[in-house]
Amino acid sequence: MENQKVNLETTCPNTWCPGCGDFGILMAFKQAIQEMIANGTPKEDIVIVGDIGCSSKIADYLDLNSFIGLHGRSVSLAEGIKLANPNLKLFAFIGDGGCFDEGISHIIHAAKRNSNIKVILHNNRLFALTTGQFTAVTPKGLKTRSTPEGTIEEPLNILELLLAANASFIARGYSSKVEDLKNLILDADRHKGFSLIEVLQPCVSFYNNIDFYNERVYCGQNPDLSSKDSALKLIREWNYGSEGRIPLGLIYKNERPFFEAETMSGFSRENRFEKCLQTHS
Amino acid sequence: MSKEYSIIIGGQAGQGSRKAGLILAKIFKKLGYFVYIYDDYQSLIKGGHNFSQIRISEEPIAGRREKVDMVIALDKKTAEMHRKDLKKEGLMIFNSGKVNEIEGCPVEADKIVKELKGIPIMANTAMIGGFVKIVGISWSIVKGILEKELNKGNNLEIAKAAYDSVDQLLKIEQVSNSKAPQYLMTGNEATALGAAKAGLDMYYAYPMTPASGILHYFAEHQNDLGVLTVQLENEIAVANEAVGSSYAGKRTMIASSSGGFALFSEVISFTAMAEIPLVFINSQRMGPATGVPTYSGQSDLLYCINPGPGDFEKFVAAPATPEETAVWSGRLLNWSWQYQTPSILLIDKELSEGTFSVSKEAFKEIKKEKEILWDKKGDYMRYSINETGISPLAYPGTKGAVVKASSYEHDEGGLTIEENEPLITAMQEKRLRKFELMEKAIDSVEVVAVYGNKSSKTAVISWGFNAGAVREVTEKMGLKFIQPILMSPFPTKQMNKALHGVEKIILVENNALSQLGRVMAGYGIRADKTILKYSSRPFYIEELENRISKLISKK
Repeated sequence: MENQKVNLETTCPNTWCPGCGDFGILMAFKQAIQEMIANGTPKEDIVIVGDIGCSSKIADYLDLNSFIGLHGRSVSLAEGIKLANPNLKLFAFIGDGGCFDEGISHIIHAAKRNSNIKVILHNNRLFALTTGQFTAVTPKGLKTRSTPEGTIEEPLNILELLLAANASFIARGYSSKVEDLKNLILDADRHKGFSLIEVLQPCVSFYNNIDFYNERVYCGQNPDLSSKDSALKLIREWNYGSEGRIPLGLIYKNERPFFEAETMSGFSRENRFEKCLQTHS
Repeated sequence: MSKEYSIIIGGQAGQGSRKAGLILAKIFKKLGYFVYIYDDYQSLIKGGHNFSQIRISEEPIAGRREKVDMVIALDKKTAEMHRKDLKKEGLMIFNSGKVNEIEGCPVEADKIVKELKGIPIMANTAMIGGFVKIVGISWSIVKGILEKELNKGNNLEIAKAAYDSVDQLLKIEQVSNSKAPQYLMTGNEATALGAAKAGLDMYYAYPMTPASGILHYFAEHQNDLGVLTVQLENEIAVANEAVGSSYAGKRTMIASSSGGFALFSEVISFTAMAEIPLVFINSQRMGPATGVPTYSGQSDLLYCINPGPGDFEKFVAAPATPEETAVWSGRLLNWSWQYQTPSILLIDKELSEGTFSVSKEAFKEIKKEKEILWDKKGDYMRYSINETGISPLAYPGTKGAVVKASSYEHDEGGLTIEENEPLITAMQEKRLRKFELMEKAIDSVEVVAVYGNKSSKTAVISWGFNAGAVREVTEKMGLKFIQPILMSPFPTKQMNKALHGVEKIILVENNALSQLGRVMAGYGIRADKTILKYSSRPFYIEELENRISKLISKK
């Protein structure tokens, strides 16, 4: 397999901070892509989508089809590409601010309609490229540049939210565990339907919680992957605060018909324009 | 003088006055008339007051009259409200079960419906039956249309009973007209059909009056037209998904109205930067903000010309008629793909929801024109710098091509650039060269229409839906009428040609700030007089004639 590796490098200089969790995500994703291509996925059928923020720079660092859009809209942009050409594999990269502040409606609806796209959430739990402000998943009390006295809002348990929205694949990875993350990406790729992989990704410049994560993460086991009750139990072990253990791995998976297949079934591109026009006669 | 009639039919929302008006339109179409229906309704579902004004003529028309020949009242309010709209010799035809009028022609609609065990809404069928008898239309003409349009229950029986229950009072004659119209459709339907003919693949929307008719039409006919139609969670999702679909190679269009269009505008500047073709439709209501939701205006012109941050050009077309909106929705789709640019089709409630006689010729010239595609030689660069500024397109899924698009300033390959000033300048200049081509392209077609007395030294300038009324009035008054259809790039060449020999300009607009006046002033064209209306209703023919006459007599 090693000698079949395709070149995924670009000429774009990498501008992430040294030690950033994003490097782990890039490494895991590259390995996953290499495996997909080695297993027969045509390189031209892979499309990655980004929006605004450190997470989206990943598109500049990979020689793959890509589209960097507007803040909070990775999910919508990816859905539009997928529906236009369901043969393409869509990976949407987005940060916690873009996904759960600016663009929160889109991920809820993408999960609800079970769009067959793979969302990789870089969760550093604050806005970083804008030099550190709180997001929907920032822990209560954290001092940021916009909340010098500490945030007063409780964070959203975003996986609980996604479960409620009927996401058909929910997983959590950690940027320091590259091999596990790669496997989650490959699992998501095999899943037919909406997939969310939340990646805990320490921001070394504004919220370095590597030690916190290292002490608390463990390999979570959902005894019945298709059970929402047992998934919820696992998800609620950690509410994005300072308490609890943090389960990693595949948390919930339940296949059901996905949006693009349902939409395209029964749609024909047969052009009966004249017939349509005649209804106005 | 050519034969023409205006008829108001009204009732509460839910009484079926619009449907009845549409059936009458089909009957008049069969008699050989050109038809225009103005629909007036409020933002409510039951109750209130809805009415349609049906104007029919031997000549093409697209404007409504202040005084009408007949009122058909399905309810009391219609009779009360529209008595003032009747000409002196006009006729009030009313449902005697709802209206206690003394003057006019009662039709025992409720009684007939009850006797024949119909449901209350069928009173509108009875009123149609009564009306056609009163105006002397033979039952044989009416029967065929009713069989097709009202084939449920005992509608036909009810209509015939009402027909037989009243006496003929006048005669609306059949007319023979070589220009006889072939289709009856709304502007929204014409817009949808024009785009479909030019190869539209996908349509996304979020409901908003008065653009929703396009969504409904595509949803109903998506297989006939080959246009995949999807409703999403909000306008922002609609706009962003549409950008994705265009990037993936599908011809895509989206539509909303004023405030919804404002949400679309998030992506307009994005499509300009990423060079993504996309057609946006704004069917205006009277603004600002939520404005008057089910009525019309022309107050979004300046916004559509400047819909986003950054230096970029875009096509903005403001058609006036269903024929024009069909041609321009198709043309903007082609131009968007050929120039990889956003385009905006600017229409309004009256054009969107009005029903018109439409020439069969209108759709003939519309066809899908090819975009510039990658020749599959060498490495693909999405934003390759070349002489024309138009970098050939490739879509993801193309073997050998890595297609990288971006909202950030980018290099030829689509990678983000920040440091390289000369390259940032070169990319901007690449797009500027494309804008120059767009400016040239507009003169390949008629983007300024000229009507009326072409040697008149007084010219009336107007745009969009107003043009129908203005054209009729100026032709009658012997004035020149100039109608710019394209608003951006502004057609200075064709405007100056049209204005040759003109000494006095009267500008007519449906807004409060004279927005076209401001645009024209930027190109050195100044109106001497301005006629504005901003009550959220379109001009009446009589009103316009009076206001123009006053300005001319003053000199």
